[in-house]
Amino acid sequence: MKLVSVTTDLESSKNDPRIKLITAKIKKENYKTDALIEILHTAQNAYGYLPMKVLSFISKALYLPPSRVYSTVTFYHFFSLKSKGEHTCLVCTGTACYVKGAQLILNEIEKNFSLKPGQVSANNKLGVQVARCIGACGLAPAVLLDDEVQAKVKADEMIHKINAKIAIP
Amino acid sequence: MNRQDLKSIILAEKMQEQNNKSKHKLCVCCGASCISSGSDEVLKKLQEEIKSRALDAKVEVIPTGCMGPCNQGPLIKFLPEYTIYQKVDCSNIKDIVESQLIDKKPIENILLFADSRPKPYIDAREDPYFKKQMKIALKNCGHINPEKIEDYLVHDGYKALDKVLFQMSPEEVIAEIKQSRLRGRGGAGYPTGLKWETVYKYVSTEKYVICNGDEGDPGAFMDRSVLEGNPHLVLEGMVIAAYAVGANKGFAYIRGEYPLAIKRFELAIKQAKKLGVLGNQILGTAFSFDVEVRIGAGAFVCGEETALIASIEGKRGTPKPRPPFPAETGLWGKPTLINNVETFAAISPIINNGGEWYSDIGTPKSAGTKVFALAGKIKYSGLIEVPMGTTLREIVFDIGGGMQNGEEFKAAQTGGPSGGCIPSEYLDVKMDYESLINLGSIMGSGGLIVMDKSSDMVDVARYFMEFCMDESCGKCVPCRVGTKMMHDLLQKICINQGTKIDLERLEELAVYVKDCSLCGLGASAPNPLLSTLRHFRHEYENRIANSL
Repeated sequence: MKLVSVTTDLESSKNDPRIKLITAKIKKENYKTDALIEILHTAQNAYGYLPMKVLSFISKALYLPPSRVYSTVTFYHFFSLKSKGEHTCLVCTGTACYVKGAQLILNEIEKNFSLKPGQVSANNKLGVQVARCIGACGLAPAVLLDDEVQAKVKADEMIHKINAKIAIP
Repeated sequence: MNRQDLKSIILAEKMQEQNNKSKHKLCVCCGASCISSGSDEVLKKLQEEIKSRALDAKVEVIPTGCMGPCNQGPLIKFLPEYTIYQKVDCSNIKDIVESQLIDKKPIENILLFADSRPKPYIDAREDPYFKKQMKIALKNCGHINPEKIEDYLVHDGYKALDKVLFQMSPEEVIAEIKQSRLRGRGGAGYPTGLKWETVYKYVSTEKYVICNGDEGDPGAFMDRSVLEGNPHLVLEGMVIAAYAVGANKGFAYIRGEYPLAIKRFELAIKQAKKLGVLGNQILGTAFSFDVEVRIGAGAFVCGEETALIASIEGKRGTPKPRPPFPAETGLWGKPTLINNVETFAAISPIINNGGEWYSDIGTPKSAGTKVFALAGKIKYSGLIEVPMGTTLREIVFDIGGGMQNGEEFKAAQTGGPSGGCIPSEYLDVKMDYESLINLGSIMGSGGLIVMDKSSDMVDVARYFMEFCMDESCGKCVPCRVGTKMMHDLLQKICINQGTKIDLERLEELAVYVKDCSLCGLGASAPNPLLSTLRHFRHEYENRIANSL
């Protein structure tokens, strides 16, 4: 991580409401280092992902080595270092969804959008991800399209829905 | 608030409930599954409909937690008749309200299971789906509004806490739990009473109680439903546990994937504090206890207790060798009690009804009830609670309604990536901790996935191994390298390139990984492989025989 540019970066973003949000959370948690994960949650909610400069900001604010922050971020699936795309399509691959054909949905998505799990389309419109289980097993196979659960999904219908989503400019 | 204030509130609520007895209750399932099917829209429309017909005085519309049959959702239930309608959408609300509340004649073709049973039951309790169940942890789930503490109070909420604080010593509470023979519902089945006693015995000024709601097993959603459907039950269990072991601070670690559960549990904490059953000087006694929610960040290994502790401390969730056990050196080095959501949910019923009552349910070695999440190729998937010792056949064919599309039952997978597959020869196995271990599977947290012939067992083993490989935290070599090696070998067999030697190697590796891994994740990672090898060896051999 480049720490040199951080101060200048943050000078310019001091009035960024997202940075304010994170600062408020850090204050609320009393600068405790054990609240790191909570603070990262707040940051990710604000940005949609965790940009490096934000990680540097958090590590400075909490007096934690950047390596500690970075290693924590990369350990947990929930945190992402790159943008997940404007629209996200998260396919559940939990056991119930696996048994009911989650792979077919993924194949169809790959065929139509040439995106594999973890990839984002070149125009940043669509990101495809997989989840280990979203706990909607009664509705398998399930897909989260922009955080909305799609139940008992059929692959072709899903493609239509995704197309409808990304068609909106 | 002190004890008298609480008692007068409960009395007032109960009086009101008595006055409302003639009132119909219209419960709308607002569990995560039904919301995904559109139940929030249904709830809104129903409220409007009731209002426009001026039925407010006669009918109370209640958003509730999970009712059980999740894939039939959205569900609505009329009480006291216990009539459940399935797949309700905004178009048939009018008809339902009209015929159920005004003409008093249920519409048969949209009753629960109407599309698959020759004759649906007007009183859903008569339906085999509910008849074979016994609800303790889920007792009020689906009847009460999880976002209203008053609803919980009316149904004996915080009565057990009152009893514990004013009539029992910590030793007596622990004795009661020991007598109930309750075992940890997270999967390992360690006797809860013993765990509590161990934490109680360590002398320390600081102790912690942690609720493990990091339900990572794919195909499991029991904890989610309990937290969403009745958060106060879990909270009350935690407060009682804290009183028994002498802790003043608690954490509820809930998966980040469950936003609704987090929201409802946080609300429950707020309400409980306001009522004085949580926080400083609970009900006017000297006992104080506070709970904070910690949101998981998506690491399966954090279900392991030492990893979970590391995660609460804000670190990478890597496990530590045990001993020392968390009961001795846990969160921030202090004695810590960790129990699963479902374990805490069983506490207040045990205190209210006595340990003996609970121990009489189930089998001699596994007392009580267990919540299972039924899913896969089964007709009625959803959430069920049955006494321990119920056979797999009863669960799949009586409660679950048998296989989807009339396919043949092939196997049931229990225990997620740490468990195994139970083939059809063992359909009559009694579901308890020991019997499942004898079959090479485990009880686990309660996920039960039913498979038919479309599931290839070698691929199932590969699927779970891939899961463990991805989720291995990387701290110890046997798990980090072993799961990867086993996955690659399984992959090779899956694409018809395996040889006999590969199979031998797999079996050899499985033993190493099982014996040498640091924590439960690695030690149980070979289980799906070993159990499919044990029960479906021919599928592996066929693959190898057909190799190119």
